[in-house]
Order: sequence, then structure tokens, then C-alpha cells
Amino acid sequence: MNWVVNNLDLILELSLLHLRLSLPPILIGLVIAIPLGWLAYRFKLTRGIVLTIAGLLYTIPSLALLVILPSVIGISALSELNLTIALTIYAVAILASSVADALASVDPAVRQSATALGFGSWRRFWAVEFPLAGPVILAGLRVAAVSTVSLVTVGILVGVQSLGYLFTNGLQRVIVEEVLAGVVMVMILALLIDAALALIGRLLMPWAPRTGRASRRASRSAAPVHATPGEATS
Amino acid sequence: MNLFLEAFAWLFAPEQFEGPNAIPIRLAEHLGFTLVSLVIAAVIAIPIGWLIGHTGKGREIAVGVSGAARALPSFGLIILLVLLFGVLLTPLALVVSFVLLGIPSILAGAYAGLEAIDRRTIDAARAVGMTEWQILWRVEVPLGLPLLVAGLRSAALQIVATVTLAAYVGFGGLGYYIIKGLALRQFDQMLGSALLIVAVALVIDGVFALLQHTVVPRGVTVAREVRTASTRRGPVMGTPIDQEKEDQHVHS
Repeated sequence: MNWVVNNLDLILELSLLHLRLSLPPILIGLVIAIPLGWLAYRFKLTRGIVLTIAGLLYTIPSLALLVILPSVIGISALSELNLTIALTIYAVAILASSVADALASVDPAVRQSATALGFGSWRRFWAVEFPLAGPVILAGLRVAAVSTVSLVTVGILVGVQSLGYLFTNGLQRVIVEEVLAGVVMVMILALLIDAALALIGRLLMPWAPRTGRASRRASRSAAPVHATPGEATS
Repeated sequence: MNLFLEAFAWLFAPEQFEGPNAIPIRLAEHLGFTLVSLVIAAVIAIPIGWLIGHTGKGREIAVGVSGAARALPSFGLIILLVLLFGVLLTPLALVVSFVLLGIPSILAGAYAGLEAIDRRTIDAARAVGMTEWQILWRVEVPLGLPLLVAGLRSAALQIVATVTLAAYVGFGGLGYYIIKGLALRQFDQMLGSALLIVAVALVIDGVFALLQHTVVPRGVTVAREVRTASTRRGPVMGTPIDQEKEDQHVHS
């Protein structure tokens, strides 16, 4: 524990840096994924294209992407922008299919009712379909957020400082505690962001089905009577 | 695009095919470690996943493990285990970390494959007098195979990506060239090997995608076709808006 106690400042500083690197890819990823997910949900042709490309991008190992990306878009391999774009690509790859699934999970009867009430397709999307798809999108967003936080560490290999510094520095100086502190802090940060997203979801979307044992059992038995959006996929 | 030409020139230069650092040797290392780790992870995770899926007990464990694993930084895990195991046992430390990283996806795939089966199918199997063992092997396992293969697929990709990172602790594999290229600022080498790694990952992904298609039991495909055909032939009731018909076709 000595190392951790003596280096609390460093750990805190790197954690904040890590957080600052993690948030933009998650948020930008969501913004890009919404129209792409809609395209994947709406038309058969674009569905194939979007989901295939997303799947292929997600396949690329992180270190390889960090090396190839700068050559493709003409930026420095050692820049923070490189890491941000790479992580945004992964986030979009995860979220595009989540958004498509989420929109597909909206009850067609609800969509028809909205149309019958005179909603145009733009208003219907934002006022009815998107909010109802919210809980499923949020589930995807939580997955994307957690994996982004853990992938930020790879950035240290191309010189972007984050908690990953504790890994490489710990290896060079052979301090197990330092590396362990890094691993634990990354997981804590991931859990905090995950919890924050869950809380935001609770506040913004009170119609979301509650997770947890008792409510899952309750919703399963009640499902045929009041089908709520998220359950269509479960 | 000049950079890419140089990368390809590096990749196909004759000197990449001789000596201890020849590409075929590094490629074999990369694939070998991936395969061994994947097999060990599968041997550990599949029985546990099937047990959870068949009995329905311990569902929270499967969900929790795969959730927590996503937060685990693979690069940190490698370095942590290498330090704990000591320099002499580096290869063992690496295999252990690859196995640990592969287990969650496979566990989730094995368990989800069984969980997704219609309960009536299993009740029917029980009603015709199958033992629990027969239900598992003849009903649940074949029906759960596509999702299990999907789990193996993401585990394989996770391991391939992590083997690349392992070059940092002195293990070879294809990441060796990237780490060396980064240190020496040799961009042709970095880019060439990165492209090769992407090709390897895409091939592995493609192989598993094919496998995922072939393991769908024949009865399931036939039933699906019959169902689609019958709905198309009959009149569609209760969908007055043309758009909605479109939607349903896309997602059926």
C-alpha cells in the first residue's frame, strides 16, 4: 500500500486525465450512432451496409487502429486526437446496432397511434420512437462507456497519458502495486460512469423497466398485459 | 497513400521472410497463442455456461462476470500477471491473461444460447420422456450452438487484439513490429504490420461468421422459411399504414 499512499496525487491526476479522455468518445459516439442506427433500422439496404461496416470496424484490434488511423486521415500517431477518433469509432460500432435494435423494439401499435394522431415522421421520431427506444439505447451506451474507459489505457502505447501510464511505468520499475492501482482505478472509473449513466436514465426515462430481480419477475408475468418497450428484446 | 505503398513494400520485402523475426514465425506465434488460449477458455467456460443455462441457477454470476470483465483493462491485466508470475514465466502469465479475457464472452454465449430457447420446446422434450442429460445434449446444445459460436467469435477477437498488446512485455506475435516500429519511428513497419493484424482479425471473424451460419440446426432454418412463406401468402391484417408493412418485413 506504500506506493499508493505516496502517490495519491499522481493517481488522482491520471484519473481525471483518464476521465477527460473517456467522455468525448462516448458522447460523440452516441450522437453519430443515432442517425446511423436509424438508417440501419429503417431501410433494408442501409441496414446491411451500416451493420456490416460497424461489425468490421469493431473487429480491428485497438493497437492496429491507433497505427492505421493517422495514416488514413493524416494526423500524428502520437496525438490525443488519434485516440479520441479511434475510441469514437469503437463507440459508434457498438451503438449503431444498439440504436437499430432499440428502434425496432418500439411497439408498432404505438408507432401507428402516433401517426394516427397526426405526428409527422420527424416529430414522431423525436417525441415517440426515440424516448421509447431510450432504455435499450441506454443499455448499449453503458456497454460502450465501460469498454471506452478500459480502452483509453492502450493510448499510452502511442504516448497519450492516462491511467495506462501506471501500467508501463509500473512494469519498468517492477512495482506490482502501481500496476494494480491502475487496473483498480480503471475499473472504479468504469463503474462510476456506468452508475452515472444508469442514474441519468432513471431520471430522464421513468418509463424504463426497472432492472433487478423482483421487478424482472414481476414484468415477466405482467408482460402480455402491459408490454413496455424494453421488454420486446428481452 | 504513399505511406500505404511503403507499408506494403515493407510487408512483402524478402527480408521479412527470413531470420528469427520473419513474418511467418511471428504470425504462427500470434495464431498459436490465440488458439491455445481460446481452447482453454472454452474448456473452462462452456460447461459452466451450459450448467447455468440448463439449471437457470447462477444467472446473476454469468451476467456479473461478463459485465465486470468489460471494465477490466486487458493491457493492465497482462502487465499485472507478468509482474506477478516473474520474468521466467512470462508465456504462462500471458496465456493465463488471454484465457481470463476469453472466458466472459464464451460463458455469456454458452449461457445465453440455452436461455434463449423457447421454454415450450424444452417442456416438449421432457414430455416425450427425454432425460435431463438427453435434453441438454439433443435439444439445448444444438439449439444454443449459434450463440455459443458468437461468444467464441468475440472471445477470439478479444484475444487476438490482446496478443498484439503483449508485444509490449517482450512477447513476439505480430504486435512485435508495431512496438519496434513505434520505438524506432519506422512508420512503414508499423503500418504494414498493423494492416496484417487487421487482416488476421478479419479472417478469424469471417471464419466464425461462417461457422455461426453452419451450426444452425436444419430444423430451425426449415421452420423459419415455412413461417415466413405463410405470412407473406396470407392477407396482412391490422396494418393499415404501408410504412408499417415495410418495417415488419425488414425486421422479420
